Amino acid sequence: MTVETWTYLLVSLTFFTYLYIGWRARVRDTSGFYVAGQGVPPLANGAATAADWMSAASFISMAGLISTLGYDGSIYLMGWTGGYVLLALLLAPFLRKFGKYTVPDFVGDRYYSRFARVVAVIAAIFISMTYVAGQMRGVGIVFSRFLQVDINTGVIIGMIMVAFFAVLGGMKGITWTQVAQYGILIVAFLLPASAIALKLTGNPIPQLAFTTSDIVERLNQIQVDLGFLEYTHPFANKPMHDVLFITIALMVGTAGLPHVIVRFYTVPNVRAARYSAGWALLFIAILYTSAPALAAFARYNLINGLHDQKLEEVRELDWVTKWEKTSLLQFTDKNNDGRIQLSPNKEESEIKLDKDIIVLSTPEVAGLAPWVIALVAAGGLAAALSTASGLLLVVSSSIAHDIYYRLVNPKASEKKRVLVGRIMIVAAIVVAGYFGINPPDYVASVVAFAFGLAAASFFPAIILGIFDKRMNRDGAIAGMIIGLSFTVFYIIANKFYGMKPWFGISSEGIGTVGMILNLTAALIVSRLSTPPPQDVQNMVESLRSPDHPGPATILDEDSEEFH
Amino acid sequence: MENKSSGNGYWRATRRLIFSLLAIWAFVSLGLGIILVEPLNHWKIGELPAGFWMAQQGSIYVFVVLIFVYAWQMDRLDHKYNKDDDS
Repeated sequence: MTVETWTYLLVSLTFFTYLYIGWRARVRDTSGFYVAGQGVPPLANGAATAADWMSAASFISMAGLISTLGYDGSIYLMGWTGGYVLLALLLAPFLRKFGKYTVPDFVGDRYYSRFARVVAVIAAIFISMTYVAGQMRGVGIVFSRFLQVDINTGVIIGMIMVAFFAVLGGMKGITWTQVAQYGILIVAFLLPASAIALKLTGNPIPQLAFTTSDIVERLNQIQVDLGFLEYTHPFANKPMHDVLFITIALMVGTAGLPHVIVRFYTVPNVRAARYSAGWALLFIAILYTSAPALAAFARYNLINGLHDQKLEEVRELDWVTKWEKTSLLQFTDKNNDGRIQLSPNKEESEIKLDKDIIVLSTPEVAGLAPWVIALVAAGGLAAALSTASGLLLVVSSSIAHDIYYRLVNPKASEKKRVLVGRIMIVAAIVVAGYFGINPPDYVASVVAFAFGLAAASFFPAIILGIFDKRMNRDGAIAGMIIGLSFTVFYIIANKFYGMKPWFGISSEGIGTVGMILNLTAALIVSRLSTPPPQDVQNMVESLRSPDHPGPATILDEDSEEFH
Repeated sequence: MENKSSGNGYWRATRRLIFSLLAIWAFVSLGLGIILVEPLNHWKIGELPAGFWMAQQGSIYVFVVLIFVYAWQMDRLDHKYNKDDDS
């Protein structure tokens, strides 16, 4: 069978599985719809969190980015995993103990303020929408690369898929499809990674092959011979303090992303929230520790296979012609010697590699069977769909729960609330699909936004809400507004109006400064204004005591929430 | 709250645990992986420069261990203070 037949087969097979799971997990009540009835076992929640978190970018682009950046790619590896330690230690167990449905719920109740709730809702929607547009685009791209389907048709197929299991099953449907999607994406990532490790080093375990073989040493040598810095050379692209700021911003931003936080509301109790954070990071680490190995191996292999080879010989390779067609790989024999040379100087270099090619082409370069290539396509789709569905649920719950139910119509019946939730998911999918089909030019650069905003808004507000009993409404609001407006201003001025970075801190790393400003402003303003009311202090106290029934039962719906 | 004294003891112990684990977290990633990467690269782990290995492999393994240690230590604290509480 050809690669294309295999791809159709595997992609439809996985899609039917997701649809079946979505149908089996359909729900009727709000608790099932928003938090899967809080009955998800820790291990399953770990797998679902991993799939929720690892997007099309983690699956397809990250290894390629690391491969280009060398050591400096560590910002993504440490940033996107280190955030889970913050999440597991500082946020997840306490928010689970609090026991409500969404992040704005916590912010609104803890800071007894409609305004704080609205700021949190707007931030949650903005973060999730910027992120989800990229996922929809990712689905379209996978379809077009592997199945020669038009990108827009691919986006629409993806929209229908997500709509089906998210509308029917809400969080419960999303959770169990994400568990299945994790299984598919991790196998799809590891198979080619092991194959290339085996081929180059004789050891099929990528992490071990990476550490114990001399491939990286040889790669360093090749890079130096070609005029690049060594692959392992630190700070080749960014100065040390910028690497530090970006890593911290990614860590804190990861811990503050609402679609990740909300996963910890779905487990039965606080203990399960702690362990499931561990499982989540373990499942993520399997991919994140293989990715740098794959990055180095693929780079070594590509340079070895292409550099200084005769152009016509290279073009006889099947995978070269295939990827050249998609323009992910480009050759121009600038000096007309009939051979192609790679060089650090963009003007002279005759080989142009797109970062996505590292993961996408590995199975073919390593000479794997056609079904493995098809599996990579199914894996990329699983990664994009699982992240998109988690984000869409956050958007839907922000509008249907935090705005409609908590602010507009608190008397709404269960049935009506679930209905509004379903309608909001459809609306969010349509908007996301629109941006997937007509991507704004700035899509790639707005990822910095999602992390920067999460770092500068949610993270400090939640941490202070738990660890500083004296923190009050005025402090939290001042902090969020100062943190958010500084970060938004800096990113927009730097990305779109060409403002020079301050002190060499790039817009990816500015969330760290936003977070510090938020914390400082919140602490100062809170100490200058009145302490929070007694019932809120009691709620904080109960978050800090062992095994207490959820504080949401203390601060109930009709307690004086808005003082 | 009723059990203020033991509640505070539990919270103090929890905080101490969280901050010690976070100190390790910051040391291995920001410390060994970034700030000290250049001096560390004079040594090797396997065939890789040690600082590079910490940044791309070691720190991630430590993160996973830290979360499980936290969950496991919190089990012990929950157990201890629930008994004292007699609740």
